[in-house]
Amino acid sequence: MDVEAARFIGAGLATMALIGAGIGIGIVFGNFLSGALRNPGAAAGQTTNLLLGFALCEATGLFGLVVALIILFG
Amino acid sequence: MAAGPMEQFEVHAIVPLEIGGIDISFTNSSLWMCIVVVAISLFFTIAASSRSIVPSHMRSLAEISYNFIADMIRSAAGSDGLRFFPFIYALFMFVLFANVFGLIPFIHAFTVTSHIIVTLTLALVVFTMVIVVGVLKHGFRFLKLFVPDVPWYMLPLLTLIEVISFLSRPLSLSVRLFANMLAGHIMLTVFGGFVVSLAAAGGALSFLSIAPMLGIIGVSALEFLVAFLQAYVFAILTCIYLNDALHLHEHH
Repeated sequence: MDVEAARFIGAGLATMALIGAGIGIGIVFGNFLSGALRNPGAAAGQTTNLLLGFALCEATGLFGLVVALIILFG
Repeated sequence: MAAGPMEQFEVHAIVPLEIGGIDISFTNSSLWMCIVVVAISLFFTIAASSRSIVPSHMRSLAEISYNFIADMIRSAAGSDGLRFFPFIYALFMFVLFANVFGLIPFIHAFTVTSHIIVTLTLALVVFTMVIVVGVLKHGFRFLKLFVPDVPWYMLPLLTLIEVISFLSRPLSLSVRLFANMLAGHIMLTVFGGFVVSLAAAGGALSFLSIAPMLGIIGVSALEFLVAFLQAYVFAILTCIYLNDALHLHEHH
């Protein structure tokens, strides 16, 4: 197989890490919403944790994207 | 004009300098770091110079950001973490301004933090500071950080896992910031390419070029949020790592 073709296939496969990121972000925000709708008064105090959880989850997915970019452009 | 999405990240020298074979040119990266530092200094100079009883807008912004970071440090690292407030505040402000300035259109703005070497340097500074603070405060008892409170037969494996996860902290800290900035800017460039190619295709497709344009507007809004969020996450993770070094496994 051509090196270029293998590169593109590898980069495409590496972006599948973002499936996990999408699911994880959905879980974080979904749980926050279900908790916030039960107890709206306590929701405001947890926005810090919400954003922290979102950023950490997104970061893990983006680690996979970085591998894809390294394969494509490295 | 058919530049790929990676061309915006190229570092080129503006003033080539060299000392003993080492290239220390003043690059566009250095230029934007200087712009960031000058902007932060200007912001605080103007904010602090107002003497009226009712604070001006910039003074309010400065005080809000000050309290925001002070509260974050107090909650994440405790009151004795406030000794590190200048360091963490400077780190937060630098990363925030560097992220946001990369989003300015039209002037070919260069995002300082979109290079792994910049974010790795910042992360290594944090990591080194955490180790130095921990060792200075606790001496060799600092190594107890890697020994969790578990039965003896699980200790070898868990200590190894703890050490590996501790050593991966600067890596994850740097790659998180780098990957977010890189991905955001690549996405913006790729959408821009879509607008151009749809508009150039002519005919009925030219009207469809409004769709990627709306995409760019949405992604830019997301990127401003991500710029602020990544600066905040960098700062709060620094506080959490400091807390680990200052208070080894103590529960408040």
